[in-house]
Amino acid sequence: MADTTHDHAHGHDAHGHDHHDHKPGFVARWFFSTNHKDIGTLYLIFAVVGGVVGGILSEIMRAQLQFPNNHIVTDGQQWNTIITTHGLLMIFFSVMPALIGGFGNWFIPLMIGAPDMAFPRLNNISFWLLPPAFVLICIGLFMGESGSGWTLYPPLSNATYEHGMGMDCTLFALHLAGASSLLGAMNFITTIFNMRAPGMTMHKLPLFVWASLVTAWLLVLAVPVLAGAITMLICDRNFGTAFFDPQGGGDPVLFQHLFWFFGHPEVYIMILPGFGVISHVISTFSKKPVFGYLGMVYAMVGIGVVGFVVWAHHMYLSGMDVDTRAYFMGATMVIAVPTGVKIFSWIATMWGGSIEFKTPMLWAIGFLFVFTIGGVTGVVCANAGIDEVIHNTYYVIAHFHYVLSLGAVFSIFCGFYYWIGKMSGRQYPEFWGRVHFWLFFIGVNLTFFPQHFLGLAGMPRRYPDYPDAFAGWNYVSSVGSYISGVSMLVFMYVCFKTFTSKVPVADNYWGEGATTLEWTQSSPPAFHTYTELPRIL
Amino acid sequence: MRTRTSNRVVGFALASVIVGMVGLSFAAIPLYRAFCAATGYGGTPKIGIAAAPGGNGKTIRVRFNADTNPGLPWQFAPDVTEMTVPLGEDHLAAYHAHNKANRAVTGVALYNVTPEKAAKYFHKTACFCFNEQTLEPGEDMSFPLSFWIDPEIANDPNTADVHDIVLSYTFYKALDDAAKSGALAKAGPHVGSGPKTN
Repeated sequence: MADTTHDHAHGHDAHGHDHHDHKPGFVARWFFSTNHKDIGTLYLIFAVVGGVVGGILSEIMRAQLQFPNNHIVTDGQQWNTIITTHGLLMIFFSVMPALIGGFGNWFIPLMIGAPDMAFPRLNNISFWLLPPAFVLICIGLFMGESGSGWTLYPPLSNATYEHGMGMDCTLFALHLAGASSLLGAMNFITTIFNMRAPGMTMHKLPLFVWASLVTAWLLVLAVPVLAGAITMLICDRNFGTAFFDPQGGGDPVLFQHLFWFFGHPEVYIMILPGFGVISHVISTFSKKPVFGYLGMVYAMVGIGVVGFVVWAHHMYLSGMDVDTRAYFMGATMVIAVPTGVKIFSWIATMWGGSIEFKTPMLWAIGFLFVFTIGGVTGVVCANAGIDEVIHNTYYVIAHFHYVLSLGAVFSIFCGFYYWIGKMSGRQYPEFWGRVHFWLFFIGVNLTFFPQHFLGLAGMPRRYPDYPDAFAGWNYVSSVGSYISGVSMLVFMYVCFKTFTSKVPVADNYWGEGATTLEWTQSSPPAFHTYTELPRIL
Repeated sequence: MRTRTSNRVVGFALASVIVGMVGLSFAAIPLYRAFCAATGYGGTPKIGIAAAPGGNGKTIRVRFNADTNPGLPWQFAPDVTEMTVPLGEDHLAAYHAHNKANRAVTGVALYNVTPEKAAKYFHKTACFCFNEQTLEPGEDMSFPLSFWIDPEIANDPNTADVHDIVLSYTFYKALDDAAKSGALAKAGPHVGSGPKTN
């Protein structure tokens, strides 16, 4: 990570604060915002809303699955709609807004010494496309007409099986969310390429910025393919085309190829910014620069590149021949190498460091634990032969929740505790932060670990009921989800305590381990930062 | 001022990458088709008038499968369910169909070859599946096809274990059949009106 000099930037800002730092009025500030910090805040609030709604849906699902023959969810279509909306909300309306829109907007300009994003107005529209998308998703949910699963496969999503308008609303919501991500990604790439402070070379960029850069490239290359695929789907549904309809010479498997060409990079889009956050936190609390900076950077680039050529490992059972499966299996396993480089570099960063177990560090170590479990089961799933057995079972559910629901979400909370003092200027309650961590850690592990057993025993995903033989572990899993639900209430309490706290925090409240540029700014930073650019040695 | 212009340049470059990717996702459709035709991927047999090269004395068993989409009011079946054919020689086979409806119906057959890896050695020189077929009310029709199998299939280590090839057809109602019979508005799923009108 780059060594930085404080330069005059901070002094100047503190001075500027007295005279020039007036903020616009409420409506102009929050609705017409062009300030990267305010837009970041909006994204974070939005992510909490999306996460809470998606979380309530998952509690409903676990309540339904707590006992066999439950009837909390009254019919299968309603169930299908709930699982679809849960997936889409968590991906597009919680994890992505938090890690990319939230922390990305807040900290990329601060870390590279830029006064704001390259296109501030574009930044505003990319946030404000999300609330209407959210409304459309909720219309799909409440009409009970978007039960295709988040993968949107035709024929499940075509006019025969989902003939209602709700499905079109859901598809259009993805168009809006996709456009929002694309505008955001253009903004990030331009900002990082063009607006770095003097002396901030690419190889001095903080790892979170590198992670965001790779993520933004993945977005730019992957999301348009989703846009294309759902445009074709909308045309098939409404305008008589037959892109995916065999009657007109189309091929439903082509949709799967297009979807997963987007969908696989999408999982790296969700986890890479998390990698960036974890790198900063582990380095800060070990009081050491991150081990193998260049290795970390190129591991992320490698994951991004290889992530584009492995998509069909989601489709082993779609009728691929054995050679194709062998290729996708090998290519998928190759990704374990750069991922391993990252895991070992984080451990090596901690090695010999004087580690402080503050709340952010707990989340970071928790991340290493759950992400490694998810990564290892990922290698299991990557085997085409084994996948024939575990495809579409709870084993896969457990795998991707360990990397995303646990991995990416741990990195979000990690970033929250690490930066909330910087963003709000107030101290979070350390004790309640730890309670939040331990409750969540126990809750999610209790929820998802037993799902490995259920999957190996053959329980298929996406059903609202199961034979009695699966009752035991399903009960454990549901209890776990209630514990993680309670931990969310603790999180709300943490937010309440933080925002009502009277304890001010210092500019660099983590001390010597925190070396990136955002720590040279006041907490919270002035409305406009870096009116004079910092110089990096 | 320099940054401002170059921001715009980078921004436009990224916008064109995005537009390009959307374009590529649509280009994927003909490309996917061309890729399948060129490689036999997904069980796509070779089609065209290339002449059979002559045999090497080996034989292979070909089975014939027929499916009919419920939307098409036809009976459709092969004349014989299997035959043993010498490699490298032209062969004729036939399916037959009967239109159960009291109006003319146009259908189109989709086809593939299983195992998929054998598809690139399966040559169709003529087939009823190359065109749409129309049957008058109650009409019976014989659908011939002519094919040969490349003797290389026995030499390729990848396909040397293949002793049975399944040739499969699924007949669908042609998309424009509904339009022809003036029933587009209630023609079913592909025009987005849903099952209630189907």
